[in-house]
Amino acid sequence: MKRTPVRVAAAAGLVSVLALAGCGQAGQGDTTTEDGRTQLTMWTHSAGNEAELEVYEQIISDFNASQDEYEVVHESFPQGAYNDAIVAAAASNDLPCLLDLDGPIMPNWAWAGYLQPLELPTELTDSLLPTAVGVWDDEIYSAGYWDAALGIFARQSVLDENGIRIPTVDEPWTADEFADVLSTLKDAGYETPIDIGAEDTGEWWPYAYSPFLQSFGGDLIDRDTMLSAGGALNGADAVAWGEWFQGLFADGYANASGTIGNQEFIDDQVALSYTGVWNALTALEEVGDDLLILPAPDLGNGPKIGGGSWQWGISSSCEQADGARAYLEFSFQDEYITAFADKQIVIPATESAAAASEYFGEDGALRDFVEFSQQYAVLRPETPAYAVISTTFETAAKDIMNGADVQETLDRAVSEIDANIASNDGYGFQ
Amino acid sequence: MTVTPPTVAAETPRRATRRIRSARGRETWAGLGMIAPAALLLLLFLVIPVILAFTLSFTNARLISPNPPRFVGFDNFIRVFTTDPVFLQSAWNTFVFALVVVPVQAGLGLLLAVLVNRRMRGTTFFRVVFFIPVVTSIVVVSILWKFMYQKDGLINSMIDTLTFGAWAGVDWLNNPDTALGAIIVLSIWQAVGFHMIIWLSGLQTIPEELYEAAKMDGASPWRQFTNVTWPGLRPTMVFVLVTITIAALGLFVQVDVMTQGGPVNSTSTIVFHAVRKGYEQQEIGYAAAISLIFFVAVLIIALIQRWLTREKD
Repeated sequence: MKRTPVRVAAAAGLVSVLALAGCGQAGQGDTTTEDGRTQLTMWTHSAGNEAELEVYEQIISDFNASQDEYEVVHESFPQGAYNDAIVAAAASNDLPCLLDLDGPIMPNWAWAGYLQPLELPTELTDSLLPTAVGVWDDEIYSAGYWDAALGIFARQSVLDENGIRIPTVDEPWTADEFADVLSTLKDAGYETPIDIGAEDTGEWWPYAYSPFLQSFGGDLIDRDTMLSAGGALNGADAVAWGEWFQGLFADGYANASGTIGNQEFIDDQVALSYTGVWNALTALEEVGDDLLILPAPDLGNGPKIGGGSWQWGISSSCEQADGARAYLEFSFQDEYITAFADKQIVIPATESAAAASEYFGEDGALRDFVEFSQQYAVLRPETPAYAVISTTFETAAKDIMNGADVQETLDRAVSEIDANIASNDGYGFQ
Repeated sequence: MTVTPPTVAAETPRRATRRIRSARGRETWAGLGMIAPAALLLLLFLVIPVILAFTLSFTNARLISPNPPRFVGFDNFIRVFTTDPVFLQSAWNTFVFALVVVPVQAGLGLLLAVLVNRRMRGTTFFRVVFFIPVVTSIVVVSILWKFMYQKDGLINSMIDTLTFGAWAGVDWLNNPDTALGAIIVLSIWQAVGFHMIIWLSGLQTIPEELYEAAKMDGASPWRQFTNVTWPGLRPTMVFVLVTITIAALGLFVQVDVMTQGGPVNSTSTIVFHAVRKGYEQQEIGYAAAISLIFFVAVLIIALIQRWLTREKD
């Protein structure tokens, strides 16, 4: 009897400890299967994206059947929670062997030591679109099966009716022409002539709108030193961009409400839609032959669009790096790249896969996007500071959209970015 | 324990005290055992994080970095007050939010509680109706209200109908002048039911005899309220005020879901700013400094409230 309370205390303590230990048991150790194969863990951000998952499952089952040394085990996360999951896993040393990552975040993770150099054969990486290969500190850390591209969707009938010139890759709309186009279409009865997707949030903002800034001659950061955003993000060119961007909303050419995606264009509520290749197939099905895919406008320094989409890397804690490499090498077959391209509607990363693609081949309906990607794509700055640059730019651009003073907003963004870079001792740049 | 040679004379009383002691000891052990789970959780998820935050706030620690954190003294705190206008704006927004929400939500909760406390048919129905928003996830509530606040949303079409088209309303969440107000209205609506229940429990502790006596003295309903109900609700009031204040100062989810601090930082709050700095921009040390300032501010405000509402006898 006497010892009972002690036992109660011990039991209670033990239960709590077990409960807490249970919380930490989601580890991703590389283990061995019953038939002696080594398991390779793999995470993707594609939960909910049926088309993409389907191709991954195909590759994985083909790879697992092709040899008897490794077995890839995959787990998919929803995109919204994916980066947080990676950072949390890295903090507790639980990273999977293979992980996919958004192009611009790669330098941050490579710098933080999450990733190891990819070391795939150079003939493989050379065959990929330059924007599908992630380089940091002269080493390749990531490679992807595709890139995405942005363009302006329009209806031929609408442009013809209003006497608007149809721009081409060689002769895109100039800034003045673009302004005329918007005011003509506004007069033609469109309440907001262009949908630029401003209701979206997050990485979409720097991805979609920083290329406009670059077309004006500004940039997110001084890419020569990568140490300061001063001048690039708050110089005269950047201010011109800010005033132009603000004007789009102030003049009623674009708005920040509505639904994410391309539905307004499909319903003919807007005449133009600045959006991604991934929306092109639906638009093609709904609008048919009337659909035009136009290059982004030349706002001074040539049209620019964002480059760099989701890519694959190998974590630094991966003990079966050879197996991970074998898997990646296996997966970069044209047949899979084409499958990704045609199912997800993204630009295939190799020429040969593009040639075999239904939509992106020589006569494919979406071939224009390949041209845009090759000619206009600008990578987001390849620096670990990008995480800060991205969120700061989003806030600043939104403030500008909502009528804040352009110079003041950009100055504040620059000081925020510079303070961050300084507090990180330049992120390794000298 | 010191051991002294036993003497025959002292034997009897000592045995008695030992029995008492061991009984006490047994209770102590049982008590410790029972608080162990809670104490362990509090230690892990409250005490240790607070100590960590305190330590981190004096370093330049990063969420992701190959470089070890470095001690930077008061740099983070100086930066908060000198070169971070968004923090000052966030502190102001949080203050305004609390200033409006605390009295309005407490008052409205009391009004509803008095209304549903009557012996009438259908009061249970109203109690349930007022309580539904509380049990609905705040994220869901925020998403729904975000749709309602859209330019062509429910609220604006209601305004449009009620004013016969004279006023079409504004784009509530995208206008710096209205965004914080819109969040205030939503927040009051969401949480008022919870405080109604607390007030209600307070109302039901007031003995019926007091009302009967007051009625016999010829007190009007208003006099009954001021002289019987209100004094009887004193402990409840203190609790309601403190919980609303702390909840209001911690405003985060509605902002994160509906506006992300925009437009032009008009809805950024201290907690939102700390999360944005610490997680999105990976400056954990700086965010820890903001959290520490927040912690101290909440502590001071809660203490002031305790002092103002103390028993004055």
